[in-house]
Amino acid sequence: MSAQIETVDAKPCSACSSCNTSQLTRLGIKAGGWDYVVALMGNPNTGKSTIFNSLTGLRQHVGNWPGKTVTRAEGAFSYNNNKYKLVDLPGTYSLLSTSVDEEIARDFVLFGQPNVTIVVADAARLERNLGLAMQVLEITDRVVVALNLIDEARGNGVTVDERALTRDLGVPVVPMAARRGEGVAELLSAVDNVAQGAYPTRPRRMKYRDAQLEAAIVTLAAQLESAFAGLPNARWVALRLLEGDESIVRAVHEGTLGEIRQPNTFVNLTKLEAR
Amino acid sequence: MTLSQLEVGQIAKVIKVRSENAERRRMLDIGILPGTVIETVMRSPLGDPVAYRVRDAVVALRREQAELIEVQSVAQETRMEMKR
Repeated sequence: MSAQIETVDAKPCSACSSCNTSQLTRLGIKAGGWDYVVALMGNPNTGKSTIFNSLTGLRQHVGNWPGKTVTRAEGAFSYNNNKYKLVDLPGTYSLLSTSVDEEIARDFVLFGQPNVTIVVADAARLERNLGLAMQVLEITDRVVVALNLIDEARGNGVTVDERALTRDLGVPVVPMAARRGEGVAELLSAVDNVAQGAYPTRPRRMKYRDAQLEAAIVTLAAQLESAFAGLPNARWVALRLLEGDESIVRAVHEGTLGEIRQPNTFVNLTKLEAR
Repeated sequence: MTLSQLEVGQIAKVIKVRSENAERRRMLDIGILPGTVIETVMRSPLGDPVAYRVRDAVVALRREQAELIEVQSVAQETRMEMKR
């Protein structure tokens, strides 16, 4: 009996007309030129790679353990006549921590300047996941929050008021159960709207009210901008220096700040066949 | 009292995080900060590490990490409230 129910559940509802993924073309690794770059960020084990696979048609390894995606994986899809490059980043709890895979994720969002960053949050552990979402909102306006594993949350008796959350965060929040294909159409539409500027985001940000701190940030950010021409997010970097973040201090010393690591991103994927 | 002194099933509230540098950062990032309510879930066979429930997620901490988290045992009402 349960097997029957599972087969029904496992089928994505692509046949259903209300579920509009018809505009989606999965392009696998055939990136070529693209109009927009989208980054997938989130705590470990929240379903980033599952979302990546359902959008690109690739089969990036999905597994239930941390550190699985150690370099970034890239794929492509087109939606609404726009071509998107999608970058699946390693799971991270914070933009402030310093393990190598977390640094890859952090540097890409900070300095790679994706057009849209999808923050994948675990709806069943929302409080813990919102910390990263708030940090990402500090450094970019163009964010969509994918509230994944909503099926698991429902199973635990948790309901999430996504409209209130959208209002509080100032960016679109899309409930999803990516492994069942639920919410994929809504995610695509939100990403497309944010990429084109059709959805005016108003990200919630912390206010730093201390005048001395503010003065120090302004001075330091100006110095950073002259030392590293074109550096995005100089204010954020200045705050990290004031805090004594060792990895940022080192990057400034060595002059490597803002250099995006370029691992052989396609190595893992060339062996994968498109669906 | 520190987190390491809790028995399995006991619930406590964090008073102070005495970890330093990257370690401190990590604790804050996984949601352990003053005011956070933590439950001891289980102990590994050798007693170290220990699994704790923090904001609906289970995390494992080594003894020397848990020793740096100062906690205060919480009353039964808070416990019921937490479990809802």
